[in-house]
Amino acid sequence: MQALFGKTLDELQSLVVEMGLPKFTGKQIADWLYKKKVASVDDMTNLSKKARAMLSENFEVGTFPPVKVQKSTDGTKKYLFPTAHGKYIETAMIPDKERQTVCVSSQVGCKMGCLFCMTGKQGFNGQLTAGEIVNQVQMIEETDHITNIVYMGMGEPFDNLEEVLKSIDILTSDWGYAMSPRRITVSTIGIVPALKRFLNESKCNLAISVHTPFDDERQKLMPVQLAYPLKSVIDEIRAFDFDSQRKVSFEYIVFGGLNDTSRHVKEMNRLLNGVRSHINLIRFHPIPGTPLEKTDEQRLQRFKDELNNKGLLTTIRASRGQDIYAACGMLSTKGLQKDS
Amino acid sequence: MFSVYMLMSIKKKYLKGNHYLFENRVVDLEEIAEGKFLLWFEKQFNAKAGHVVAIAADESHEPRIYSLCSSEKAQNMQILFDLKPDGVLTPRMASLKPGDVLYVSKPYGSFLPDTEIPMWWIATGTGIAPFRAMLQSGFKPAMLLHGARVASNFYFERDFKLELKENYIRCNSGSNGQGDFFGRVSAWIDAQDELPLSNKYYLCGRALMVVEVRDLLIAKGVRYENIVSEIFF
Ligand SMILES: Cc1cc2nc3c(=O)[nH]c(=O)nc-3n(C[C@H](O)[C@H](O)[C@H](O)COP(=O)(O)OP(=O)(O)OC[C@H]3O[C@@H](n4cnc5c(N)ncnc54)[C@H](O)[C@@H]3O)c2cc1C
Ligand code: SF4
Repeated sequence: MQALFGKTLDELQSLVVEMGLPKFTGKQIADWLYKKKVASVDDMTNLSKKARAMLSENFEVGTFPPVKVQKSTDGTKKYLFPTAHGKYIETAMIPDKERQTVCVSSQVGCKMGCLFCMTGKQGFNGQLTAGEIVNQVQMIEETDHITNIVYMGMGEPFDNLEEVLKSIDILTSDWGYAMSPRRITVSTIGIVPALKRFLNESKCNLAISVHTPFDDERQKLMPVQLAYPLKSVIDEIRAFDFDSQRKVSFEYIVFGGLNDTSRHVKEMNRLLNGVRSHINLIRFHPIPGTPLEKTDEQRLQRFKDELNNKGLLTTIRASRGQDIYAACGMLSTKGLQKDS
Repeated sequence: MFSVYMLMSIKKKYLKGNHYLFENRVVDLEEIAEGKFLLWFEKQFNAKAGHVVAIAADESHEPRIYSLCSSEKAQNMQILFDLKPDGVLTPRMASLKPGDVLYVSKPYGSFLPDTEIPMWWIATGTGIAPFRAMLQSGFKPAMLLHGARVASNFYFERDFKLELKENYIRCNSGSNGQGDFFGRVSAWIDAQDELPLSNKYYLCGRALMVVEVRDLLIAKGVRYENIVSEIFF
């Protein structure tokens, strides 16, 4: 059985036409899948009986529920979903006043091996399909109240760009969830060819993981630096003509005594010269076996102030879901798989 | 030195991703093990041992990155690649013939050997490529560990054995065949009581090996500043 969920309008239309059904059936199916959120082909009641019978022979809706949910003391939730590879992925739901942000995964594990990341430690186990990405939005309890989506869960979205772009198409098109692309942020460590395509083919916001402006330091934290140096990522952003609505932010995990000095402030200022941007400082939560340390609050505040004084708009992101390992870089299914 | 000959041989260039790619010609292609190929192409620019190049078969697709495995002094450049049957580029590279056109960037990267601190080189599969370039260019490690699942994937083993002798350890994680240690490179490292903590550790290959070995080295007391990783993602 093939899943209908995760197909774009074009794909649904060609599929029905191939079956000898009218093209508009494709639009009706999209409506049932992404707006009415049905669980079975039989529930698509405005399709003819014949159409439903034909569809059911080879297709199912193909959504699947989480197998486990954990709730943090601060209200953050972590959902564990199975994937077609027989592995699991995590999705975090972060409520914050009127905002309901869902943080989706884009890959099963990750190939990038960043030193500070739990996901990286489990290696790469496969790509998620667009359906598996959107399923994380559809199959959580809060699905009808989501205000923002961030691609900051497990995996590097730009290493699975095709499926990520397809999922964005489903989330932002009128025939899909019709969400504003301004409410979607894709976070990347900066794979330049994919970055170019993303900038041209989507209107979503972008978050770049910087973590240090110095090449040698970044290389040790993030091996990707060897192939796609940060400077080439920033050059790409500088060259792109952003409209006033589209946001670019720079993510900066602060490690105690490593990347929070005045030298770093100066270099960030030099690097981001001429780039309209917002820096998000993120507290590092030490993960098992890491050589990196947490920063102290005073130092963090001072670092933020120094960046702001240079004219770089900088805020500190509130830590959420630490107790259930739902914070940035802490998503890993290694332990959870056993007890699910 | 960048020679006049090199300049004359460089023809067309176009920008793709963040690289300028230059029209190049294939010199030779050899399948050295099942699905593993050595590809020679013209040297248009000088390279340092440890450098990578971005390669494309035509202007339509994004280039892929490959570590050079040839010496800094070699007449032609060489890469070692693993055929991915559903991939975009490797199936096309596997059917190239001498004289065919290929698009190649200037060499770049910072996975460069250290001349002052003794080095350990640790690789799996085709991740051995930059270490072959380093060895051929006159650099030598204190130790080289190479992991593979079949003996035929201990590429360049004759060169390494000749130069490094007992400091070259083939970790065979498959069920049979040759090797110096039967198990993964991480198992070999785990079995060591002590590692030289002042050495610099170079890791190259798949992500899982790199993160596993990096964690192990750190657990055994190596400072992460002394670990350089190149991941073939
Ligand atoms: C710094 C660096 C150095 C490298 N050096 C080397 C080297 O020396 N030798 C070497 O062999 N390789 C090396 N690589 C890897 C190389 O760049 C290519 O990724 C590799 O050769 C595959 O290229 P391809 O075009 O054939 O496959 P691709 O088209 O890139 O696909 C790779 C694999 O992913 C699968 N795939 C592609 N898209 C999807 C999708 N959307 N969903 C699911 N699966 C998908 C394909 O089926 C294929 O199996 C290096 C990579 C880096 C980053
Ligand atoms: S930080 Fe992101 S890119 Fe790096 S290993 Fe983790 S998931 Fe992958």
